[in-house]
Parts: sequence; C-alpha cells; structure tokens
Amino acid sequence: MLSEREKERITEEALLHEYPRAAVSEALLIVQESRGWVPDEAIVEVAGLLGMSTEEVEAVATFYELIFRKPVGRHVILVCDSVSCWITGEEAILSHLQRRLGIGLGGTTPDGEFTLLPAGCLGACDAGPAMMIDGKLYDTLTPERADGILAEYGMGADAQTSHG
Amino acid sequence: MKTFTPATARAGAIHLTIDGRRYDVDAEGKNLLHVCLSLGLNLPYFCWHPALHSVGACRQCAVKLFKDETDTKGRIIMSCMTPVTDGMRLSIEDPEARMFRGQVTEWLMVNHPHDCPICDEGGECHLQDMVVMTGHAYRRYRFTKRTHRNQDLGPFINHEMNRCIQCYRCIRFYRDYAGGTDLEAMGAHDDVYFGRQTDGTLENEFSGNLVEVCPTGVFTDKTLKMHYARKWDLQTAPSLCVHCAVGCNTIPGERYGALRRVRTRYNGEVNGYFLCDRGRYGYEFVNGGRRLRQPLVRTGDSLQPAAAADAVSRVGAAVSRATGSGASAIGIGSPRASLETNYALRSLVGPANFYLGVSDRHLAILRLMTRVLREGPAPIASVRHAARSDAVLVLGEDVWNTAPILALNLRQASSNAPAAAAMKQKKLNAWDDAAVRGAIRHEKGPFFIASVEATRLDEVARECHRLSPSDIAALGFATAHEIDASAPAPAGLSEPIQAAAQRIAAALKAAEHPLVVSGAGLAAPEVIQAAANVARALKKAGRDARIGLVFPEANSFGASLLAAGGLDDAGRVLAAHGGRVLLVAENDLFRQMAPESARSLLASAGHVVAVDHTTQATTEAAEIVLPSCTYAESSGSMVSSEGRAQRYFSVFPPLEPAQSAWRWFDEIAVRAGKKAAAWKGLDEVIRAMTQEFPELRGVRDAAPGADYRLNGSRVPRKSIRESGRTAVTANVSLHEPPPARDPDSPLAYTMEGASIGAPASLNARFWSPGWNSDQSVSKFQVEVSGQLIGGDPGVRLFEPPAQEAGMYFPPSPADQPARDGMLMLVPRYHVFGSEELSSLAPGIASRTSPSSISLSRAECEKRGLREGDRARVTVDGAEATEMAVLIREMPEGTASIAPGVPGTPVLPLPAWAGVTLASVAAEAER
Repeated sequence: MLSEREKERITEEALLHEYPRAAVSEALLIVQESRGWVPDEAIVEVAGLLGMSTEEVEAVATFYELIFRKPVGRHVILVCDSVSCWITGEEAILSHLQRRLGIGLGGTTPDGEFTLLPAGCLGACDAGPAMMIDGKLYDTLTPERADGILAEYGMGADAQTSHG
Repeated sequence: MKTFTPATARAGAIHLTIDGRRYDVDAEGKNLLHVCLSLGLNLPYFCWHPALHSVGACRQCAVKLFKDETDTKGRIIMSCMTPVTDGMRLSIEDPEARMFRGQVTEWLMVNHPHDCPICDEGGECHLQDMVVMTGHAYRRYRFTKRTHRNQDLGPFINHEMNRCIQCYRCIRFYRDYAGGTDLEAMGAHDDVYFGRQTDGTLENEFSGNLVEVCPTGVFTDKTLKMHYARKWDLQTAPSLCVHCAVGCNTIPGERYGALRRVRTRYNGEVNGYFLCDRGRYGYEFVNGGRRLRQPLVRTGDSLQPAAAADAVSRVGAAVSRATGSGASAIGIGSPRASLETNYALRSLVGPANFYLGVSDRHLAILRLMTRVLREGPAPIASVRHAARSDAVLVLGEDVWNTAPILALNLRQASSNAPAAAAMKQKKLNAWDDAAVRGAIRHEKGPFFIASVEATRLDEVARECHRLSPSDIAALGFATAHEIDASAPAPAGLSEPIQAAAQRIAAALKAAEHPLVVSGAGLAAPEVIQAAANVARALKKAGRDARIGLVFPEANSFGASLLAAGGLDDAGRVLAAHGGRVLLVAENDLFRQMAPESARSLLASAGHVVAVDHTTQATTEAAEIVLPSCTYAESSGSMVSSEGRAQRYFSVFPPLEPAQSAWRWFDEIAVRAGKKAAAWKGLDEVIRAMTQEFPELRGVRDAAPGADYRLNGSRVPRKSIRESGRTAVTANVSLHEPPPARDPDSPLAYTMEGASIGAPASLNARFWSPGWNSDQSVSKFQVEVSGQLIGGDPGVRLFEPPAQEAGMYFPPSPADQPARDGMLMLVPRYHVFGSEELSSLAPGIASRTSPSSISLSRAECEKRGLREGDRARVTVDGAEATEMAVLIREMPEGTASIAPGVPGTPVLPLPAWAGVTLASVAAEAER
C-alpha cells in the first residue's frame, strides 16, 4: 500500500521523537500528502511502522478533522464558519459555493474536482469571510470574488451544475 | 443512608458540614465525592469510578461549596476533583446544584435512545439510576439523535454504541488499566465512537469488565443475551470463581434452572471490582450438555442409568468387603473439588488411603509452597497487597495466564513508584493521578520478570530476563544473597545474571513494600525456593516484604493439606494389591497423567467409582458413576493461593438425584457401615474436618453456619421484586411449590426476608434503594474501595510465626548441560484453554488457540521451521502430536507446550526431552 518513499519518510520522522508513536499525526499527513486522504490499509501499515495498534492510529486519524478518512476531491475548500466570519457574511458565501458546486457540506463534486468542508477558524478574523483552498487562504470574500477564485481552480462560469 | 457507621464517619480529624449536618471524617487527602459516597449520601456521577479515579469530565457530581457560615451564595464545584479540607461547608441538595446536575443529565441524554425496555442493562443501569436521582425524568430534546453502526466484538461482549454517553470509562479501564490496545475512542466532539478499527474479538483477557464498567448498555454480556433475564429475576448467591486459585468472589445468577451469568462480587482483599474473562464466562459448563444427571452403572461396554439407592449400595457393599479383606478402598481427591468433598472421601477410605489426584511431582511442589508459606519468610500477599507494592520480582510464573486478577493488580503496581514520586513533586492526591499516570506512562518502576518466555506483563517491567528454569532459580538465589550476605550464593553464575541480581537486589532493597511472586506454573522447586530466599532476605533487611505463590487450581492449596500422597503413590498401592475399590472425586486422571498410565492405574483397581458433575475420560472409564454438583448447585469451602479459606454457596438447588460429592461419599460410608449416621449438613463436615486439621480452623469462620438468621429469618437468594414466583412452574403444577430446603447454608431459595445487613460473606447481591447497578457496592463498603462492612469475606489461614522460623534454602546444583537434540520442555499457560471446566464453555473454547509448541527463532531455524508451520512433535519417542509452531523470545535449548489445551500431550514438565519436529508441509512434499 504505502510507497517506499512514504515508508522512508515515516521512519525518518519516527526517529526524531523519543517514542516512535509520537510521529503518528505526521505519518498520517505524509500518507495524505500524495493521496489526498488516508485509506484503511494505510492505517494498518502506519500502525506497523510505529509499533502501535490499528485502533491507536485510527483514534488519532479520526480525531483530527483535516486528516481525511474518505476520498476527497482534487481541491479541498474549507469555509470558515467561526463567529467573525459568520458576522461578516459566511452564510451567503457558503450557500453560494454550495449552489455553484452543486454539493452540500462534506460533499465532493461528481467530477472529483472539489470537496467542500467547514472549518472552525482560519485565523483571518480581521478579514472575514474567509476560505482556504489547498492550503491557500482567501479572505474578504464576496460571491463574485468566490466565483473568480473557483475559476482559478478550473471551474468555469458555464460549469454550474444543475443537480445541486 | 447506610445502616451502620462508616469508617469515614468515625471520630476523624476533618469536620465538614453537608446540608447543615455535621460530619467528622477521617478522610485526609480524599475527594468530596469519595467522602459523600462513603458516608452513604446519594450523589450522582459518571466518569468517576472507584478503581479508575477522578478525571472531572462529566460534571455530574457537582455540589455547592460555601466559603464560611455567612456565605449564602456559594459556588458550584465538582466534588470528584475537590480535596476535602477541614471546616468545609457544602450542599448536595442546594437547588442550584440540583439544577446543574439535572442539566448535565439532560445533555448526556440528548443522544441516548429511550430503549430501556429492550436494553439488557435495564434494571441495573447506572445511567437509569442517575437520571432518576437527578430528577430529570422528561426530555425536551425532540430532534434526530446521532446513531452509530455497532461492531461484532466476539463471543463475550455485545456492542450498542447509540447508548453511549461518552464517559470514557471503557477505554480508561480497557486501555489504561488492563493494557488492551484494540479498543479506542474514535472521532471527536459529539461524534465519538468507542470500538475497534474493524469488527473483531476484543482481545484483552479482562474485556468482560466493560460490562460492569460501562454505566449504561453500550457493552453488555453477550452470553447473558443468549438466555436473558433481568437482574431482579436472577436467583443469586455469594460464590467463588473455580477457574484458578486467586479465589475471586463472584455472584452467579440463575433462572429456570440454568446459570445465566457471573458478576463480580467485590472483595477488597481479593478481586476488588474486577474479574477475568475466564472467570466471568467460564460458567457455561454448568449448563453444558456434558453434565452428569443420573447415576450410571457399567453393563458391558456401556454405562447405563441406575437408581441412586442401587448404585450407592453396590459401592457401599464393595467398600465394606474391601475393608474386611484388609485391602481397603483407595480414594483419589481433586484440586478442583471443595475441602469438604476431599475430606469426605478421605474419611470414607481412611487417611492413609487418600491421595490427591495430581502427580507426586506436582504434589511435592504444592507441599513445598505450603511449607514456604507456613514458615513465612514473609507474610503472604493478598491481591490488594500486590497492587500496593512498590517493587516486584516475578520468578518463573506467567501470572497473566495463571492468576489473571493478580496480574491485573501487579500491572497497576508497576507504576506505583514512578507515580508516587511525580505525585509528591506535584503535591497531588492519589485519586487525582490521571494526568500524572499519562505523563509517566513510559517510565517503568522497579518491576522485574524472570521467565522462560515472554509474558503479557513484560510491557510494564523494567527488566525482563529470558532464562531456563535453573537460571531463573540462580538469579533468585543470587538476588537473595545480594540483599542479605548470609543467604547462600549459587555457584558458577554467569556475568549477566550476577549483574542483574545486583540491580534487582538494589531496587527491592530500596522499596518499602517489595513483593516476590512465584508459583507452581513452572513446576520447578528450585525457583520457589529462590523466591522464598528473596522474601526472607528482604524481611531480614527490615523491609515490609510480601510473598505470593500462585497455586494451579481453585483448591490445590486446600486439597494438598489433606492428602497422604499423589497419583503415582496411589498407582503403586493399587498395583501392589490388585482388585481394590478405587473412588475418584471430581477429577479426570487423564489430565493429570499420560493416558497409558491413567489406563493402567484404573485397570489395576477392581472397581472404579467416579463422582463428578461432568462427563470426562475418567467417568467414561469407570464402573459406577455418581452425579455431583457444580459450584452453582452446592456449597463448600476452598483455599486460595493467599491461603484464604472462603465459602461458596449454592445458587440454585441441585436437580435430583445429583448431590454434593461429599454427600455421596458420606452415604457410601454409612452404607458400608463405617459411620453410624450421615452428616446433616455442611457445618458438620466442616466441624469434623477442623477438629482433625486445626490448621483449617479458619474454614469454620469463613462464613456463618447454617443456623445463622438475620432478623429471625434466612437470607434470601431472590430479590424482593422477583417476578412470576407463583407462575414459573405453572406448566408443571398450578400449586406453588414450597421452596427447596438448604441444610448447608443460612440462605434460602426464596424472596422472603431482608438481605440488607447480612454479613459480606452471605451477601447475594449489590443493591440499595435508588442504586440498582453494581455501583451500589459503595453502600456495602466501610469506605469507597475499602473493606466490605463487617470485613472482607474469607479467613487467612497462614501468617508468619511470631518467632522467626525456617532457614534459607541452599541453591540447587546447576543443571546438566543440554545434550544434543534435547530441549528443556516447559509448560505454558493460557487464560483461555488451560483450565478444564471453563474450556467447556463455548465462548472460552472459541477463544482457545490450537495446541502449539514454542521455540526460539534460532531453534526454529535449526530445524527449518517457520512461525505458524504445523509440525509433528515427538517427545521422548512417544506418539507424535501435531502442533502449531510459535516463534517466541526464549532461551535457546528451551521449548514450551500448553498443558490442558486440547491436543497437548500430558507430560511431566519441566524436563529435558528429545523433541523431534517435522514440518507437516515438508512431509507432504516428500
């Protein structure tokens, strides 16, 4: 399941800690980096590499909401729903995105391009509403600005889906 | 309120006021929840558990604390997280505190289904009790509840996650306390899931405790589900686990003549709040299809049902003839039978003709252990002592598999020393140790194990030494010598063993309460002697040292005190004078000796009479078989490894003509004219036995006699709300039958009479108004986690003599060097599969691994074997047995097999043996 490179990187990470198990969240991120998510088989292999039980690894993997235990789209959109963004119009942005993408929160577009998720806070409380795509932060959003950003990720104006 | 004065309420140093009432408590360093529960006050809680301590997570035990007498406002605090201090004023009943607790219940109930009527926990549910206690009987939440998919967790535990209230007690017990790794909390916030990664059996040997630790119906007893009855409908009695020698106290429950389940009966000195899965789930043998229900008499090749009177008179006549002929009858007793049964057989055949049904070699080990404990190089450790020790040396015994509950407590002891140091530094109380235990979990206390192969306790040990039996002994002798120079040193020690002995000696000597554990598991006398020397050396060095020796079976200790010899002796006597009458009490000789030896022993007797409750190879080979009772249908006494005499009481009456084995022997004695009248009840047997064996005096005091009455009546086995009393047998007769008589105990097979206030040894259930779950146990304790009111059941028979007696054992000479091709073959034990009766329970059987031989990697490679291969194993040229090959961390030149597991030959172990292994696959290729 895991590539040699992934195994090497996990083993290296483990050496940086007094106890190999301390590297578990890093190991899961390494797996997620190239695959976008963490499959069941990877949980078993990470457990083996770090001397943990699969349950112990799973407990960590399911605790963090940014470690994905299901496949996600090529781009992951995190929409901030914390108080500051909510005050500045998060609901309008979110419903616009849902309409444009034709998916609900937690959904992935049928073409596998986008997954839409909520986020607790993106650290942009001074410039809400905010969202993050593939780790890049976009703030002071308006529906129009959001459309422009989606276009940067290959979503054309004509791509609006009708099955939302 | 409790009906007695708890210890905490005795003149104590701390004065506090609760709801305007003043209490003087002796509770320095305790928390308020502990104090309130110990005082018998009703205060709800969830995440707190007496054995798992405080984490302050659920907010359910909130009370109001006032600054002083003028403070009328007060503030809400969590009682489980607040240490008690002098002059405290608090209120449980304060309206704001009550409202707060009600809110907590409301939150907890948001996702909890209202499925009590179909929930197995209903009627003994801590959550139900707490909801009623907080008065929050109506829900405002009208929305969709979160649901989960349940998992198949194996034969013991049923999973119903929707009922979960996220108290985390399950993983705090399973993972932190018992060391399990396959149950975790998954997810976060309001979507937490307690389970495995995928469906599958929970592997930890203490998984059954989840049923009691879980405050609601997430984890319930799957075996009970197969034949379900509510707690209040179960007939119960105080009982003992018969599946090892720890002597755990249990409460088995019966309905309609079948045992439905086994629960923990708290005993502060023995098992505390827990049982192992063998003890909890082994009970199904009682209901099994192999039970003997009728006397059987051999006609030709088959055993045919016979009338009890006929069978007894045939045996009686034979015994009488034998006595007349001068070649009197021979009796073979049993380490799994009660003291009374062994004693009755001994009385029937005469002291000189009574043998214990274990090999002479095995009996010698039992006698050596008895000698050590009698001489008392140090007092015997109870399980409670073990849990409190601050340094441990385990010599040769795989405690996890031979005395599981002792091992569970040793596991806690391993972190005592590092935890105590950290707690002292942080000025924390013992109950507030959750964070510290987490922080120090990689620190290992002074805990040392010397064993032939890896054990499950290794993970908590500072050092593990894989040694042959004679090297384990050498390490022990050397350690004793390092502690006290007057202890003899072994000759020819290897450098690593010498160095290890120095380290171990220094650590044990530095401890206040060091403990040495060994036992009969390895069956190596020198290892037991070495353990005795270490204990003696520590005692001489002024330490509060204790010794624990693990006996193999439930009553090995007790039965060995009565016997004149072992099986080989009995065989010789039978062979010397053919045609004798042989009586075997509840023992399968084919488990104790090689089949050909057992066959020839039985063949040399003229008549073989076997008494047992379950068909086994010896009853099948007998001429006359008499059906006895299991622990569930009879009363009796046993002696645990602690030397604790304890009584178990029948849970339900035997199905006639089955009766206690001692009654059969007594009837035969009367019929044979050896006795004028039969014993009227158990008390008479015990009286006769203790007169003959003053050492067993304590057996009499282990529980009140049959004439004890509580407020003028017997103590009921049934609950006050047992249903259907007048209807359960209506299909047989419309007349309500009179309750069965019980001449052996002061308990009655009825619901009449009060049970609250009975001595702990007669307590048939933990229940108190408002407390239907097992958490009601705190109402029966002098103090939370302390003794039961009136004292923990059982009487210790052996204390060290006032005058120091006994001497150091001389070290045994080193073993002969291994011969080529020979292996030192040692026994290996398993919680599931090594014990005879529990193995008959389907759940236990399904958890039993097939017969196997373990070897070091080097030994396997020498023979071209791989892990998991099947090999034909030949020991000393005997018939080959097919076994699975396991590669284990063990010294070269050693191998182990698992006696008792089906398919493992019965061999005298440990022994140098010519073992040949041939891979079955390799043979097939040829």
